[in-house]
Amino acid sequence: MRPIIEIQSISKNFKIQHERQSYLSLRDSFTNIFKSKNTLEEFWALKDVSFDVYPGESIGILGRNGAGKSTLLKILSKITPPYSGKIISRGRIASLLEVGTGFHPELTGRENIYLNGSILGLKRSEINKQFDAIVDFSGVEKFLDTPLKHYSSGMQLRLAFAVAAHLEPEILIIDEVLAVGDAEFQKKCMGKMGEVSKSGRTILFVSHNISALSSLCTKGIVLANGALKFNGDITSAIKYYSGEYLNNITSWEGNEGDDQVRLHKTWIKNNTENLIIESSYDIEVGITVEVLKPIRDLILGFMLYSELGAELAYSLYDDDQDKVLQLITTPGIYTRKFIIPANTLAMGSYKLEFDVGIHMTKKIIASQGELSFSVENISGIGRRHLTPNVKGRSSLFRPNWKVE
Amino acid sequence: MEYEIKPADKLSLNLKELWEYKELFYFFTWRDIKVKYKQTVLGFAWAILQPALMMVVFTFLFGKAIGAQSHISMPYPVFVYTGLMLWGIFSGGLQASGNSMVANANIIKKIYFPRLIIPLSSILVSVFDFLMTIIPFIGLLLYYQTNVDWLRLFIFFPLSFIIILLTTFGIGTFLAALNVKYRDFRYVLPFMIQFLMFATPVIYPATIVTDERIKFLLSLNPLSSAIAIFRSIFEPLPIDYNALGLGLAMSAFFLLIGIYYFRKTEAYFADLA
Repeated sequence: MRPIIEIQSISKNFKIQHERQSYLSLRDSFTNIFKSKNTLEEFWALKDVSFDVYPGESIGILGRNGAGKSTLLKILSKITPPYSGKIISRGRIASLLEVGTGFHPELTGRENIYLNGSILGLKRSEINKQFDAIVDFSGVEKFLDTPLKHYSSGMQLRLAFAVAAHLEPEILIIDEVLAVGDAEFQKKCMGKMGEVSKSGRTILFVSHNISALSSLCTKGIVLANGALKFNGDITSAIKYYSGEYLNNITSWEGNEGDDQVRLHKTWIKNNTENLIIESSYDIEVGITVEVLKPIRDLILGFMLYSELGAELAYSLYDDDQDKVLQLITTPGIYTRKFIIPANTLAMGSYKLEFDVGIHMTKKIIASQGELSFSVENISGIGRRHLTPNVKGRSSLFRPNWKVE
Repeated sequence: MEYEIKPADKLSLNLKELWEYKELFYFFTWRDIKVKYKQTVLGFAWAILQPALMMVVFTFLFGKAIGAQSHISMPYPVFVYTGLMLWGIFSGGLQASGNSMVANANIIKKIYFPRLIIPLSSILVSVFDFLMTIIPFIGLLLYYQTNVDWLRLFIFFPLSFIIILLTTFGIGTFLAALNVKYRDFRYVLPFMIQFLMFATPVIYPATIVTDERIKFLLSLNPLSSAIAIFRSIFEPLPIDYNALGLGLAMSAFFLLIGIYYFRKTEAYFADLA
């Protein structure tokens, strides 16, 4: 069988200008004539990426922010040209890099269905044919002749997804469109996407949502710094991505310590089964110790470090008491959990060290049970300044702005 | 249906693709017309009112002051209205298309279609406005009982329209592309339009100019020959066919330059916008 898309050593570079607005002005162009050009830094968003896509496959594209996923989708959608290499495509491609592209607030729901559908590549006759189904799916029939600006954001989203869900291309390209909306809406979207992939269409899907990827996709590719690192079935791709590539150690088990206190288990857990921590859920840090002899002044806690080694937090199990209390004195097995609330940590890598010892006396655990983990930002809240490898103007805490 | 996505190097007009996207073209134009007059009390009447009010102002302020009436055989209100009708296509079209790529940046960054659709459809909005201005124009002609040369109407009306349209397409697409890269043109544009209005015989007759060099420069302006032949429908003056030929050639020249530059730069709009 011939591939439906052949991607042949695609590269794309950008010239980055430091401390400059995103667009040029004429004056800059003039003054630049007299300046040396070394303020430009070349940045390869994609470097020599090749893979084939066969009809009916659904491929998940994994990678951290800035790995080149979106650039790849943009090239596939013909929005931006590659610098070198080529892509041979043998089917009609529809790309959903966003839901509701081209929605206009002044136009009514009905008018926006036609406009948006047409932008997504539907013929007017196709929209006519599907119109009732789109309206049904969106559930906004009462407001069809109301300008879109009077819709709630949820209604706009439902309408937008309804139009997108009725596209019938051979190849569908989707970029994290599911990362918006409430849980119920996401469930509905996932259901529809599952249907689409079962109907035999070819899908390329970028998402940070590991559970969505593993349920929707059959194959996976992993991108890192613009290069293709892995190409295989989705389970292995996820494993590769979260394990080898991110170097995540999210749990530890053993038996370390001295004749008074032993460390048995440490872990960090999200609500998902994966090694990737999603910042939109509470993150649980756990520790299990065994006390062998009666003790006093037990220290039990952890330190949280950033990727670069900055100490972000230090907390002990008796922090919320007024004074150091003898919470644990008798022998036995003790498990304590600390919750880092959802939407606190920004995207990036972190390290956890555990502190077990006797106050003012001795340190029992030094580096045993150490964990490292990556936080991914899935819902898109406050993501702009959260690129940890850019110097300055970045954040390790995830802002969660509310509009009043 | 097999096609290739390759680095942008070859320059082609690709009219076939443009034709395939004719429905999107229609929807963009339709959207721009709808949105322009949404939430206005008078709605489409604005398209008529604007040149009509301008006509009144120019008649009272300039009509007498610059003594234009002595150079023309038709009533000055008819004279200035004909100029403003055609000028409206150019100025409105330029304003809309110049900002069109930036205004639609969010769509350009998310979806592919021939980019030329955006400036062209935004110009069609001012063509719609122009069609609306014909209604009061007929009233004006009846009021002043102006003679109409029917033969000239059928030849020169479409011809003047075509010259204006090609010129507007050319300069409009050029500015649309430039504005993506250099936002300075956002500020240059209103000034440029105002200046060009005085460099075009819209409110004054071309015969008022006596300096040969300025006359030559004016003849290079395709808008002036378009307006001249449009007016010739309503006054029995001989046609300057040299000026007409030059006007057509210049408008075609502007069109080529504009579309060439647009096509050359369009591949990177999504990166720059």
